[in-house]
Amino acid sequence: MDLNKKYTPQTWPDHPEQVTMEGKNKFLGFWLFLGGETVLFASLFATYLALKNKGPSGMEFSTQTLFELPLVFIMTMILLTSSLTSVYAMYHMKNHNFKGMQLWLGITVVLGLAFLALEIYEFNHYVHLGFNYSQSAFSSAFFTLVGTHGIHVVVGLVWIILLIVRNAKRGFSLYNAPKYYTASLYWHFIDVVWVFIFTVVYLMGVVG
Amino acid sequence: MSSIAQKKGFGATLWDYLTTVDHKKIAVMYLIAGGLFFVIGGIEAMLIRIQLAKPDNDFVSAGLFNEIITMHGTTMIFLAAMPILFGFMNAVMPLQIGARDVAFPFLNSLGFWLFLFGGIFLNLSWFMGGAPDAGWTSYASLSLASPGHGIDFYAIGLQIAGAGTYIGGINFLVTIINMRAPGMTYMRMPLMTWTTFVASALILFAFPPLTIGLFFLILDRMFGGNFFDHTMGGNTIIWEHLFWIFGHPEVYILILPAFGIFSEIFAIFARKRLFGYSSMVFATVLIGFLGFMVWAHHMFTVGLGPTANAIFAVATMAIAVPTGMKIFNWLLTIWGGSIKVTVPMLYALAFIPSFVAGGVTGVMQGAAPLDYQLHDSYFIVAHFHYVIVGGVVLAILAALHLYWPLMFNQMLSEKLGKWTFWFFFIGFHMTFFIQHFLGLMGMPRRVFTFGADQGWDLFNLISSVGAFFMAAGVIILVVNIIITAVKNVPVGNDPWEDGRTLEWAIPQPVPFYNFKQTPLVRGLDTFWIEKQEGNKEGMTYAEPLSDIHMPNNSFIPFMMTVGLFIAGFGALYNGEKEWAVPVLVLGLAITVASMAVRSVKDDHGFHIHKEDLMNEKGGK
Ligand code: HEM
Ligand SMILES: [Cu+2]
Repeated sequence: MDLNKKYTPQTWPDHPEQVTMEGKNKFLGFWLFLGGETVLFASLFATYLALKNKGPSGMEFSTQTLFELPLVFIMTMILLTSSLTSVYAMYHMKNHNFKGMQLWLGITVVLGLAFLALEIYEFNHYVHLGFNYSQSAFSSAFFTLVGTHGIHVVVGLVWIILLIVRNAKRGFSLYNAPKYYTASLYWHFIDVVWVFIFTVVYLMGVVG
Repeated sequence: MSSIAQKKGFGATLWDYLTTVDHKKIAVMYLIAGGLFFVIGGIEAMLIRIQLAKPDNDFVSAGLFNEIITMHGTTMIFLAAMPILFGFMNAVMPLQIGARDVAFPFLNSLGFWLFLFGGIFLNLSWFMGGAPDAGWTSYASLSLASPGHGIDFYAIGLQIAGAGTYIGGINFLVTIINMRAPGMTYMRMPLMTWTTFVASALILFAFPPLTIGLFFLILDRMFGGNFFDHTMGGNTIIWEHLFWIFGHPEVYILILPAFGIFSEIFAIFARKRLFGYSSMVFATVLIGFLGFMVWAHHMFTVGLGPTANAIFAVATMAIAVPTGMKIFNWLLTIWGGSIKVTVPMLYALAFIPSFVAGGVTGVMQGAAPLDYQLHDSYFIVAHFHYVIVGGVVLAILAALHLYWPLMFNQMLSEKLGKWTFWFFFIGFHMTFFIQHFLGLMGMPRRVFTFGADQGWDLFNLISSVGAFFMAAGVIILVVNIIITAVKNVPVGNDPWEDGRTLEWAIPQPVPFYNFKQTPLVRGLDTFWIEKQEGNKEGMTYAEPLSDIHMPNNSFIPFMMTVGLFIAGFGALYNGEKEWAVPVLVLGLAITVASMAVRSVKDDHGFHIHKEDLMNEKGGK
């Protein structure tokens, strides 16, 4: 099979990411990888719950005094929207509309950057309050859990940007379709993890 | 192609191996590297037994003793047993399912290099200020207090090697799900493939908790974290949970492939279909599942409370049921077979009583109240050596003889093989059987010496003598390998004459593209079926001869690994040397840049043309 073959919207397959053997393998392998990532985050969540609000005796920080929901709520909305825009991008990939896909991926990247900026602002704010990484077991667990998610966002952004730039002049092929598809899967995963962070860390922290 | 390969100079061969993505070559590299680590771990074991041969010995100091036992355990589990099994899986599984290669040849190579460099990193600790000394379990209360950089080498080295294992696991899973030849349904997969499958699934879910645990250790020791420091609100039990949520599945990651190897051997040399095939598959899956439910049996004495202890005790004993099923199936496979007692079969026969002994002590320890007595004594040491040496190592030695002709187109000497077997088998029981009693008599594990008045002299001496028997067996094995390699007599197809599955149907030496045409699988033990029906070629094909698509070699996996290796030193000396952070950044940059090159540079592979394939046949 010629991987560089040019397709038209009529000849373009329904699931371009799973036509070649490489594509099929990538698709399945990536799902499995996400399964492992889920266990990874589960371990981080469990640790966070065990160490929540724990620190040296007389520590003044707690989830109640620290977190402010409005900011986190905005971050959540931004990231959820970015998941939606990446769905649009995949929709355009199915319909062989390359420009549309690149555009929506571009919007996804912008939203992701906005999220990241707010997260950096948030972390910076905590550190200024004296809640730094080494302050307590609580601070270590919090920054590690949320920070690991943040690193995933960075990786996702770099990955999507690379794809956009690398393929800008080439259009679709059965070679790059699986790459786009897995990148969007990754982005969804990041989003789902954030929903759990929002609930478990912030909502349950402030309300519960 | 194969004839060209032989004329290459040393440089070209080296480059070939540094860049190869061929599962057969990667298998050889796993075998060699794992074998070297096995020897290193073995030397450490001998030092332990020499130190304990007599009371009040001062052969090594207490501190050095701790380093030796830690490195012995860590090396044997992570750098010897697992990689050697990975070698056999790589060599055999793709052929067994009739695949061209694994699903991700590039990642296969990456996984190998990560393992190797992780192992080298860990072992460099010996020359850079001292090895880790908190045991292979590295409990946080010990490891946080350990001075020097030993523990840092442990945490970072295992992190690198572990990433390699994780990648390998995903690779095998996808290979088995997606790349089976036509007709190879799940219930026709040979047991070696099934156990590879389940062990890989265990890797997928067991390694992330270890990764997180090691990260916490790295963060606590090098980057100001407080996960395990109770004065800062931390909790050292978190490490124990994370470690054992990984650790118990890990023992099944080791033993399941061993079960697979023995299942192949019993069927081949009893010349009978494996008894109870479907219950074997069921038992394998069930063991894999239950393996995740029992980790706290390593923590009975921590004080989790009677309810938790009771639940984990019952779950632990439940595992004995599927394991027992397997034992009976093997016995019934031999029953009424026309048995050939070759070296692999000898190991298989010896495995059954040895492993059962280890299983029985396992159930004893699983009884929580009794474990309060047994815990941290030599009884535990005896138990896990019965399962690991009596199970995994016997399987590795058996597989070495069984698959040697498949991997190298030569046969190891049966005569020397039997010498190895008897030395090893007798030495093994001599070393470890008596340790049960040492444990019951109160000797704690991980002590560097004991007093002459404690009544443990004789048993310890016997145990140490046994260790020398095992060492003698291994030395004979090395001699056997050297002699065989020098003689270099090719064996040809179906070297054991009774091969049953696809890997034995392939011509020798195995062409680099594996099967010229994809085989059609017509039942369990397809090769046996074809032979019974008088098919000279041993295979029915699913497709006409056509071009074969192959992946390109790549140097990128090596570069990615080197980057992480360099970054490891940066992390290790963080806050101590001013070059630490730049080195950390440099290393990570090399890795990330290599990944970017991989993702930006297209790699479509190449084709072997039909005409060349036909010539190859004519030329042979
Ligand atoms: C019937 C199956 C098995 C049962 C019921 C069982 C049970 C146990 C229990 C309860 C312990 C903890 C003892 C203690 O520390 O107080 C233990 C330790 C251990 N087991 Fe098993 N086991 C089984 C099979 C295996 C297998 C197949 C392997 C390896 C291939 C294995 C390797 C180990 C190791 C390495 C340890 C010691 C870990 C350490 O503390 O350093 N076990 N086993
Ligand atoms: Cu266990």
